[in-house]
Amino acid sequence: MRVLLNGESREIVDGASVRDAVRAAGAPSEGRGVAVALDGEVVPRGRWDEEPLTEGQRVEVVQAVQGG
Amino acid sequence: MIAGREFRSRLIIGTGGFRNLESMRGAVVASGADLATLALRRVDPSARGSIVEVLESAGCMLLPNTAGCYTARDAVTTAQLAREAFETDWVKLEVIGDDRTLLPDPVELVDAAEQLVADGFTVLPYTNDDPILARRLEDAGCAAVMPLGSPIGSGMGINNAYNLRLIVEQTHVPVILDAGIGTASDATLAMELGCDGILLASAVSRAEDPARMAHAMRLAVEAGWNARAAGRIPRRHYAEASTPTEGVPELT
Repeated sequence: MRVLLNGESREIVDGASVRDAVRAAGAPSEGRGVAVALDGEVVPRGRWDEEPLTEGQRVEVVQAVQGG
Repeated sequence: MIAGREFRSRLIIGTGGFRNLESMRGAVVASGADLATLALRRVDPSARGSIVEVLESAGCMLLPNTAGCYTARDAVTTAQLAREAFETDWVKLEVIGDDRTLLPDPVELVDAAEQLVADGFTVLPYTNDDPILARRLEDAGCAAVMPLGSPIGSGMGINNAYNLRLIVEQTHVPVILDAGIGTASDATLAMELGCDGILLASAVSRAEDPARMAHAMRLAVEAGWNARAAGRIPRRHYAEASTPTEGVPELT
């Protein structure tokens, strides 16, 4: 299935979880300093394994950067 | 003291604009700050080093911001992402209205502040130097108000000292001057006007020698704070001799 991962259309295996998307985005999959929103809603880290991705979903994976 | 938490320093470091993490580390240490902002952006797999580790090893508590948000909705979601990422419910709330001036959008700002306070956040809003807006934010339950001196990164210093005085007079939570500081004297002036602290980024991060400017800012904030607390002399129109006028010998 395809999802929009950080603005890029990406092919991800069916049944992939949020944690898989975090890995696919290039972030450390356990790491503090990473957060995820699915279609604009925050997914708590405790639900990364159980929350399935669905076709066409907008996945934003963010991490800390410098900022004022 | 913000929201019941005591800090060693009255200077908060914004981490935007440093050339690299090493430069940031040197400046943060030299500033003596124990609270530092950071932001959230899409993961960049090529990014090296961890800003979180650098700040924590320098003894700083993390203050995530919502920079780049134009609506209350985006700012609230960004704050919630930051809470997940950094395990803190503190947020520097920024909701801007315009990418040329980066001035806050007051309507969206108050809306976002109310939502975040209701959601249990400790909210430190970046706001205009408008006393009425500052009051609305305090009434909304914000833990501090952070008026700008002048636009972010402009280095113009304090454009409206009168408004800043009014905000200081009326506000019962800490007032932290946020944005516009260009050099050390700007920070000192803000403290002399009665601010409880200063948040600055570009003035240090984009200085030719960030660590040295950070040291200067540390001294400037301390100088202004002490000068305010010491009680300055009134301004006079004419001179007032400091040497006794009694007992001057007659020599001609």
